Amino acid sequence: MQADRMDFSPLLGGTLTGEEMARPETTYLKDVWRTLRGRKTAVFSLVVLVLLVFMVLFGPMMNEYNYYSNDYAAANQGPSRVHWFGTDTLGRDLWTRVWVGGRVSLLIAILATIIPYAIGMLVGGISGYFGGKVDMFIMRLIDVLMGIPSLIYDILLIMVLGSGSISTLVVAFTITGWLGSARTTRGLVLQLKEREFVMASKTLGASPMRLILRHLLPNTLGIIVVGMTMTIPSVIFAEAFLSFIGLGITPPNPSWGQLIKEASEVFKQYPYRFIIPCIFVGLTMLCFNLLGDGLRDALDPRLRT
Amino acid sequence: MTDRVILEVKDLCKHFAVKGKGVLRAVDHVSLQLHEGETLGLVGESGCGKTTLGRTIVKIYRPDAGQVLYEGRDIWQQKGRADLEYHKNVQMIFQDPYASLDPLSVISTSIGEGLDIHGMYKGKARHDRILELLQMVGLNKEHANRFPHEFSGGQRQRIGIARALAVEPRVIVCDEPISALDVSIQAQVMNLLVRLQDEMKLSYLFITHDLSMVRAISNRIAVMYLGSIVELADADTLYTHHLHPYTSALLSAIPIPDPDVEEKRSRMILSGDLPSPIGLGAGCPFASRCPRAKDVCRQSRPMLTEMEKGHFVACHRAKEG
Amino acid sequence: MQHVLDVRDLAVSFFTYAGEVQAVRGVSWYLDSHETIAIVGESGCGKSVTIQTVMGLLQSPPGRVKAGSVLFDGREMLGLPARELRQMQGNRMSMIFQDPLSYLNPTMRVGEQIAESYILHNHVSRAEARQKVLDMMRLISFPEPERNMYVYPHQLSGGQRQRIMVAMALICGPEVLFADEPTTALDVTIQAQIIELMNELKEKVHTSIVLITHDLGVVANMAQRIYVMYAGQIVERGSARDIFYRPRHPYTWGLLASVPRLDQKQRRNFTFIPGTPPDLLSPPKGCAFAARCPYAMAACASFDPEEAAFEGDGHYARCFLYHKGAEAMLQKAQKERGIEA
Repeated sequence: MQADRMDFSPLLGGTLTGEEMARPETTYLKDVWRTLRGRKTAVFSLVVLVLLVFMVLFGPMMNEYNYYSNDYAAANQGPSRVHWFGTDTLGRDLWTRVWVGGRVSLLIAILATIIPYAIGMLVGGISGYFGGKVDMFIMRLIDVLMGIPSLIYDILLIMVLGSGSISTLVVAFTITGWLGSARTTRGLVLQLKEREFVMASKTLGASPMRLILRHLLPNTLGIIVVGMTMTIPSVIFAEAFLSFIGLGITPPNPSWGQLIKEASEVFKQYPYRFIIPCIFVGLTMLCFNLLGDGLRDALDPRLRT
Repeated sequence: MTDRVILEVKDLCKHFAVKGKGVLRAVDHVSLQLHEGETLGLVGESGCGKTTLGRTIVKIYRPDAGQVLYEGRDIWQQKGRADLEYHKNVQMIFQDPYASLDPLSVISTSIGEGLDIHGMYKGKARHDRILELLQMVGLNKEHANRFPHEFSGGQRQRIGIARALAVEPRVIVCDEPISALDVSIQAQVMNLLVRLQDEMKLSYLFITHDLSMVRAISNRIAVMYLGSIVELADADTLYTHHLHPYTSALLSAIPIPDPDVEEKRSRMILSGDLPSPIGLGAGCPFASRCPRAKDVCRQSRPMLTEMEKGHFVACHRAKEG
Repeated sequence: MQHVLDVRDLAVSFFTYAGEVQAVRGVSWYLDSHETIAIVGESGCGKSVTIQTVMGLLQSPPGRVKAGSVLFDGREMLGLPARELRQMQGNRMSMIFQDPLSYLNPTMRVGEQIAESYILHNHVSRAEARQKVLDMMRLISFPEPERNMYVYPHQLSGGQRQRIMVAMALICGPEVLFADEPTTALDVTIQAQIIELMNELKEKVHTSIVLITHDLGVVANMAQRIYVMYAGQIVERGSARDIFYRPRHPYTWGLLASVPRLDQKQRRNFTFIPGTPPDLLSPPKGCAFAARCPYAMAACASFDPEEAAFEGDGHYARCFLYHKGAEAMLQKAQKERGIEA
């Protein structure tokens, strides 16, 4: 064989060391963004959501109509070159109303998700981290509050605070919305705080707040984000439902829920009025779900290659 | 190594309440002294309380009784700056290299955390310090911005060591730092720890179940069984002139990688398992498995007594030889 | 004489998102009746994958046998229909694992679990099975078998659970017992008990043992022959004495030297193998150990060494040092290691 041609001279040290791939300077958030960009569905959803946000901001400016002026001469028109999405019973331009309504719905959805989740994560984090009596008290409180259906709260609160405004709805959703996320976070924190990296940080002298904010909560984020993106659609629904029973946004202010409610009364005659806002609600929900999926993967460096 | 005591554990107790079962005395009246620059080995089987003792020393757990004195001062009496100072001086290296690093932080963040907490280096100096630490433990600067899961077990353990060293500690509690690693990697990490000790005059409390490894690096060794120290002596004495029957059993149970030696060796195999540490009786904790146990062993608990200079044993029958 | 188990040129790969991981790269070994062999190596060297494949337990996908054959009593095991394979598993060959708790069913009494494979393979009545379980528990010197056969795994200690695993594995009287790191999760005093138990039972139930471990102390205690694995290949094989006293492969040298010995006074400086094992996603060209080998030569980086034979009972090492032409390096190595030529 080739034995005679083989070279038995010593191999210089270091010739065979494993190759080192140098990586660019990065932080966690940059890395999350880089990974997220690699996921086609997530990027697509993000683009659609950005487009939706752009449209709810600037869509109403694209024609000369406003969302509240009645024009009985133009009532009940189908989509046309003049009224792109048609008009409603009072002759209001639906294009304008859909985008203005979108502002309300998206704003409520995002605020009424982020605020309760932020509160829930903090409370849950504190409860799980400190344990003992603090935990006991917070958990029993949550148990009691959870025992009452959230719809009852929402209705009562809206009656007290007065219906119709975005802030009222956000407050109502917040008061009931933080319970679930607090519970989830607490469970996750209970597991995480026994992990050695948390102990290591404690050994370095980290304060409880640092431990909670820098180590415990970020490590729950992957799971929490999925919950959040699931919550956004349900908030849009809840707002639509409250509008439906007359406790949501007060007319003439539109919201997607409000529009769907109005259109449902005349669905047989004018199906486009019902279908158009439904498409946007559906699209928003789908995009948030897909984005959440991608985010979960991106937030966990272990799932990356 | 000097005779100056840097860290002292006095009559320390740490109990855990186990639901529906009673009280687990994980650490039961343990006293230890760690001298400056020394390595004190702390050996025992799983559940003997060695990890709990280590964690109590670094203030992860709060003791139920007794004291931990650093430079003569009770660490639980100190507040604010002095407390923070203690965390800077006494560090820990953890057992599981897969759990001891935050999966979401690149390793430069993990290593730099101590620097941030103690406000030690800032800006460019912080960056340089992290690279210096990486080099010190045999990693290079390309590694700084990678996530823990991209490293092997041995490399992660090096990162854990760099994190502990970052704050320039004087005492390091090493909690089984090599037991999760492969043999050839274990020796690498041990050499690193030894080198760092010489360079930085560190004192180690080295917790392990590996009696062969600990012999080579320890000045003194303490053997723990069910929450108590049963024997404490300098390393060579412990291997050659141990007095406690549990130490004998432990040493004789360890297989030696040499078939001829193994063939000739007579073994002292303990019958039975470690009894449950919950609700131990009044007698010697080892009495239930001890081949030499007498009535007195089941009735009263032997105290840790100095038999020869620096050689402590807790056994009623040790005096009889 | 026919070997009980004869593995030839086995190659197993895992197909992952990142590509093909060549876990086992052409491994041959055999097992005779009444002997204990040990496959020694560090984590990721392919030792567990090898026996999982032989047992028919390889997860596929992602795993796939790429080449080789496994003859059990002269019969090819690879590609055997699942039904026939099941008749072998637990009956003619069985396995004990590192972590007994995750392999015992937490909702089943231990007696039932021991009996399960016996009933399955021998179609006996419950009463007969119960008697067999009692015999088995007495054989492993389990205290109070009549009472303890009715407890659940969580009520037992780690050592007791491993005993139950041993009883489960041996109840059908298998010809081959695979032990995958059987003592790694146990404390030393318990480990000593289990080693003694396995050595004792081997005689009593006439089984052969394939021991998989990284602990050379356990090997010294149990095995007659040793295979040293590195990066998916067997780099050295021979009798236990050949491997411990006359090792030939630089990896074996490194492995033996890096284990501190309880009976030797050693001070603060550990011999170690520099570097880490290669990534089997793209195995290096030539000898896999070359990058970590202090005696690597140019040839090692480009060619795969063949096995060199030594005196002794089937002692081979896969290394170029014993090639003609490499005398200069061999002399250097032997001098450094204090081995006479």
